[in-house]
Amino acid sequence: MDITKKEQGNELVMAISGRLDTNSAPALIEAIEESLDDGVERFILDMEECDYVASSGLRAILGAQKKMNSLHGTMIVKNVVGDVMEVFEMTGFADILTFE
Amino acid sequence: MGDYSKEIEVDATLDNLDTVIGFVEEALGEAGCPMKIIMKVLVSLEEVYVNVANYAYGNELGKCWVSLDINSTEAGGMARIKVRDKGQAFNPMEKENPDITLSADERPIGGLGIFMVKNIVDSIEYEYLSGENVLTMEKQW
Repeated sequence: MDITKKEQGNELVMAISGRLDTNSAPALIEAIEESLDDGVERFILDMEECDYVASSGLRAILGAQKKMNSLHGTMIVKNVVGDVMEVFEMTGFADILTFE
Repeated sequence: MGDYSKEIEVDATLDNLDTVIGFVEEALGEAGCPMKIIMKVLVSLEEVYVNVANYAYGNELGKCWVSLDINSTEAGGMARIKVRDKGQAFNPMEKENPDITLSADERPIGGLGIFMVKNIVDSIEYEYLSGENVLTMEKQW
């Protein structure tokens, strides 16, 4: 999995490509912990190139949502592919995330 | 197309997740299983295997066996995956389902793995046989 970050003012866009699995999720958790602070009001997770999410990946995404809530910011999950959306739906994540 | 049956043995570590996933991914691909189904089967296998790697043997190193049986025709197919270990007896099916209606702030981090598996596969069965945990999953396409 690759992670690319782009910051513009108080908006942070993080794009992940490849598989968000048990072995790659820690890298995303680390990137999220490093990047999300008071300066970020809008966090955008771009999942266009991500075709696989295991429960460890869901944990990382939930962690980011909790963090943005605590910062009173907004998190948007963008460009989710069909198979990954099915995982979000079956786990109730479709109801707690904001999609665009 | 046709019948396929193979088992691999690995040290039950997270380092071997890619080996286990790769083995099943390749075989399903060759059997003509649609990519959509392959991804789901792999997610299920990952959850089950990671449980074994993380918990079955405590801090000791132990083995895990993953067997795959596929019957396929032009019209469709069925895959049966068995994951075995000789670690502590543990039935992941006994775990209560998580409450998936909670808000992000209320939700505990984790507890979704086996729940996802139950949602994805057509059948899942746990047995403890001659000192082995045996988890069998089936998925048709």
